[in-house]
Amino acid sequence: MQGESLIVRDLDICATPPGEDELTIVSQISFALKPGEVMSLIGESGSGKTTIALAMMGYARRGCRIAGGSVQLGETDILTLSAVETRALRGHRVTYIAQSAAAAFNPSRRLMDQVIEGALIHGVMDRQQAQQKAIQLFGELALPDPEHIGDRYPHQVSGGQLQRLMAAMALITDPALVILDEPTTALDVTTQVDVLRAFKRVMRERGTTALYVSHDLAVVAQIADHVLVLQAGEEQEQGAIGQILDNPGHAYTRSLLAAARPEARTPSGPQSSGDELLRIDDLQVGYGRCDRNGLPNNVVLDHIQLRIDRGQTLGVIGESGSGKSTLARAVAGLVAPSRGEVQFNCRELPPTLRGRTPDQFRRIQIVFQSADNALNPAHSVRRLLNRPLETYFQMSRDARQRRVEELMDLVKLPRTLLDRKPSGLSGGQKQRVNLARALAAEPDLILCDEVTSALDTVVGAAILELLAELRRELGVAYLFISHDISTVRSLCDDVMVLYQGECVEFGPCSTVLSQPQHDYTRKLIGSVPELQPGWLEGCQWSTHTQPSTAPV
Amino acid sequence: MRDSLFGLVLGRLASSLITLLLVSLVIFAITSLLPGDTAQQVLGQFATPEQVEALRAQLGLNQPPLLRYWQWLSGFATGDLGRSASNGVDVIQLVNDRLPNSLLLTAITTVISVPVALIMGIAAAMRRGGILDRTLNLITLSMVAVPEFLVATLAVLIFAVQLGWLPALSYVSTVDSLGAFMKVYAMPVLTLCSVLIAQMARMTRAALIDQLDSAYVEMARLKGVPPMRRVLRHALPNAVGPIANAVALSLSYLLGGVIIVETIFNYPGIASLMVDAVSNRDLALVQACAMIFCGAYLLLVMLADLCAILSNPRLRNR
Repeated sequence: MQGESLIVRDLDICATPPGEDELTIVSQISFALKPGEVMSLIGESGSGKTTIALAMMGYARRGCRIAGGSVQLGETDILTLSAVETRALRGHRVTYIAQSAAAAFNPSRRLMDQVIEGALIHGVMDRQQAQQKAIQLFGELALPDPEHIGDRYPHQVSGGQLQRLMAAMALITDPALVILDEPTTALDVTTQVDVLRAFKRVMRERGTTALYVSHDLAVVAQIADHVLVLQAGEEQEQGAIGQILDNPGHAYTRSLLAAARPEARTPSGPQSSGDELLRIDDLQVGYGRCDRNGLPNNVVLDHIQLRIDRGQTLGVIGESGSGKSTLARAVAGLVAPSRGEVQFNCRELPPTLRGRTPDQFRRIQIVFQSADNALNPAHSVRRLLNRPLETYFQMSRDARQRRVEELMDLVKLPRTLLDRKPSGLSGGQKQRVNLARALAAEPDLILCDEVTSALDTVVGAAILELLAELRRELGVAYLFISHDISTVRSLCDDVMVLYQGECVEFGPCSTVLSQPQHDYTRKLIGSVPELQPGWLEGCQWSTHTQPSTAPV
Repeated sequence: MRDSLFGLVLGRLASSLITLLLVSLVIFAITSLLPGDTAQQVLGQFATPEQVEALRAQLGLNQPPLLRYWQWLSGFATGDLGRSASNGVDVIQLVNDRLPNSLLLTAITTVISVPVALIMGIAAAMRRGGILDRTLNLITLSMVAVPEFLVATLAVLIFAVQLGWLPALSYVSTVDSLGAFMKVYAMPVLTLCSVLIAQMARMTRAALIDQLDSAYVEMARLKGVPPMRRVLRHALPNAVGPIANAVALSLSYLLGGVIIVETIFNYPGIASLMVDAVSNRDLALVQACAMIFCGAYLLLVMLADLCAILSNPRLRNR
């Protein structure tokens, strides 16, 4: 089956939150695609991208309803089909690639059974043909051992492989339209390049029409022909990819573009004072039982050496599983190192929480990635911020009250939010409260663990701005953990590149990122998509060029 | 994989045995602490201290507790459960008379209640929020809320007293045909089912809804998988763990906790045997019954865990 044309007219989708009145979450969306074209829906979380994409399959999630408009695929008017006809369409003519492959595969069934299920249900081919075709697709998608990978269960393959397996699942019936819902968002940059490349080639060869949902303009630039920019369920701008990138008409598009191209600010605060704040010598952290030599079963971090001066910011960068978070946990005392020591203010820090003094607790604060999980949903903002004040300082009620208000000003939140619960705040506001809580302790060092990763680009950029400003004003030092090179570049003085638990490169941010010495650093930097079409074709990196692990 | 599975089963078995051993210690300690003394109880109030002492010696009650525990435990391991103090019969004899009755009642109730509960739970989960779900919810809630003695008494009142269809008491010895069998068992089984079905159906519904909300079920839906197949092939295998545990807990209750049903229908099961033993200070019998209940409980929970492990490839082949 070749790709077919897709015409969407005046699509409206309504949602009914529990106990509330129905409201329109997507309104008046129209676009048209010729066969074989790729349209990208771009916008922040909550902008209705996924809701629109799912409507292409005649599907609305629980509590939502497609209220009006039409979706025409080739000759078929999808929204007027009966339940049985819709079912026959899904997984056959229109297929879906979900954001989290890890969640979208059934954990208790073999991969092959899931990949070919759609083809079998719709009677496109028999089991043997389907398996052959699946194996062929596995090969085309550059999966290792295509003959046997289907015999495994989802937990036995990596995230990037799962994402490609899901692409095979979507392409096995040669669909007329494929919907890709943030298919590379959960992947490391180095894996993302491979997956994008595989997607693009396979779709081009088949002439598949596709709808690509994403929040990342640079990724979209590699794969889409057209872009539709969404905000709050409404179209802001629509056009060819080149036009949107070079000549954005709408202010919102420009803000998205600006957030996607953060400028490397030269950290302008009080440059490192030369006073040593944190020093780590030959640190090793691991999990599991220790053997006779005190070496743990599973070493996560090894030979780590670093120094942070007062008011300085150290970026720690690496892909998932490289040991970034473990480093923060070791400094915070949440996990005891198996070797090496951590010096803070020129005094050795006890390895675990039990040995630390209240003052040491106060001076090192940690801010976690997900403010949703880190803030107690039952407490008001006021109570959240009062807690550290009560714990660490002897303050009168009035003084605490004043300090809480100061903190709110510091993180640029209106005081009117003080009596709200976290559920009444936006994602960015929650992260600011999270940060304010750490600041309440007046720490010397804040451990920031992927603090912007769960946020939309525009919101994340504002948080970065805030971090830089706080550092200038308060002289606080950060250990800033991220997988995103551009955020590190915009905030940090020094950077440390972690690869499989070892530091492969360490030095001033500007030097390391502009003249990387180690293969892995180069690959990491080279894998970040750039905001220009055709970058993907020029990118030389792939998972098959494994860097050596030898330390420099 | 086969080896690790074998090792897994062996490990579970070993840990169950250790638990059983600990439980035996607790049972022995508690029964030793019970007020009153078997010898005193047997001889009555007017026995002289010499008589009591003589009987204590005869029963071995004056030996140190650890020695007695060891003797009891080793006897238990070899099938010698001791002798009932109150009527001098071997405990194993008493248990042998009663246990098959309890097992039969359990088996019949299981065969009826488990499929019904599963079907109700699955149906409710598939029609979540619909009329069927709400109706089943109402029914199961009221079944849980009404105590079983009330169900039993009402059943007797209606079917035995008013209508006269069924005998009010379950004399197992009168069973000589299928019809008689059904008549004898109808009401006890009905009463037990009414409680168990409700519990299991609600657990099944909850476990299944948890899975139906997951991303992979949505994915299956977007592949055009029909509803029945989504539930049976995709969601159910992942809900086996919690469902098996709910079933195991319910069934273990059947063996030990059916005293009310046994009393009302005068059914000669093992629960009433234990209650009689407690009121007679018949420690050997109490200990034996407690061990049987505990053993059955551990066995069921272990089976449920194995079900959960076998249904989950992540645990199955580590």
